[in-house]
Amino acid sequence: MAEIQQQASGGGKGGKKRAKKMSTKIDMTPMVDLAFLLLTFFMLTTTFSKPTVMQVTMPVKEKEPNKDPVVLKASDAFTVLLGENNKLYYYEGLLDATTKPELKLSSYDANGIRKILLDRHRANPGTVVLIKPDDKSNYKNMVDILDEMNITDQKKYALVDISKADQDLIKTSGL
Amino acid sequence: MPKVKPHRTSPSLDMTPMVDLAFLLVTFFMLTTKFAPEEAVVVDTPSSTSELRLPESHVITIAVDKDKRVFFGMDDDEIKADLLKQVGAKYGVSFTAAQVQAFRGVASSFGTPIEKLPALLNLDSEQRKSYKQEGIPSDSLNNQLIEWIVTAQSLSRKQFSKPAYIAIKGDGNADVPTVKKVISLMQDKNINRFNLITDLETKPVAGK
Repeated sequence: MAEIQQQASGGGKGGKKRAKKMSTKIDMTPMVDLAFLLLTFFMLTTTFSKPTVMQVTMPVKEKEPNKDPVVLKASDAFTVLLGENNKLYYYEGLLDATTKPELKLSSYDANGIRKILLDRHRANPGTVVLIKPDDKSNYKNMVDILDEMNITDQKKYALVDISKADQDLIKTSGL
Repeated sequence: MPKVKPHRTSPSLDMTPMVDLAFLLVTFFMLTTKFAPEEAVVVDTPSSTSELRLPESHVITIAVDKDKRVFFGMDDDEIKADLLKQVGAKYGVSFTAAQVQAFRGVASSFGTPIEKLPALLNLDSEQRKSYKQEGIPSDSLNNQLIEWIVTAQSLSRKQFSKPAYIAIKGDGNADVPTVKKVISLMQDKNINRFNLITDLETKPVAGK
């Protein structure tokens, strides 16, 4: 046990009655027990790291839509569709009444969309990635794809509502 | 032959330095600890490679769980009472002093419509845990969520002269329409910067 050194008693004057010497050693075990109990408690309850956040800045909502929209060239467009059951589709170019781009299936892992995005970015640095989450996709998919944008260092990307035509494209492609 | 006796050392060793250290650590943890606020809902956040940290204070947290429920939370004690009174006044719900006091504990995360908030505040903290919260209404007919956000924002601006930080804490299995609805509600109020709370994941090296 922890010990407290007892002072050598200074020259006892003869004859004087001395109080009975008590040991100065105290049993510190309970105190130490308590100290460690508290230590464990605070160590376990402490929240050290704050969670991380991903910053998303959305465009200001236009009061009058389509007043002066920015026209996106089909050659710059790259669309990623987030489907149900963690499926991910993509196509290059734009979908409209006349052109129907080829829809391809990909995945969220490192060899999936990331590789494609990197290749695409290298081929055309001006690529604008349009992310269209389907209503059946989950929030994790959305975070994952936004994260891929960070990883592959895309300069321009936007979260866009999925259109009926996109949904039909997924359906008819049978992927 | 005499037996070789090992040298006997005293079994009592001096624990003073250890105890000193133990108390030092206790003191450190006691002073640095900030208890994690009680969460009304379990949200399993997805992970991302972002390394930005959530700030310590002035944060409004909007949690979306997998059952499409929306929860509101804010952490600044100074404005909680005003927030409750102002939002309550808008919906004609008044609160007693005890309920306002109870709201301090609840405000870090709750998900009941304002009409049912007094009932929730009357419960004690144990009962509150088992109380089934249905989520804050956020549809176009009865949009209380945006009311909470806007009021908290303006109070924060008044009190700390800067708007609160808005964090969206979505469950990995939460559906996109609910999250998008929350985002577009705030866009309507000209709030365009959001922070999605995620877990940390190590950044993979992008192929060069």
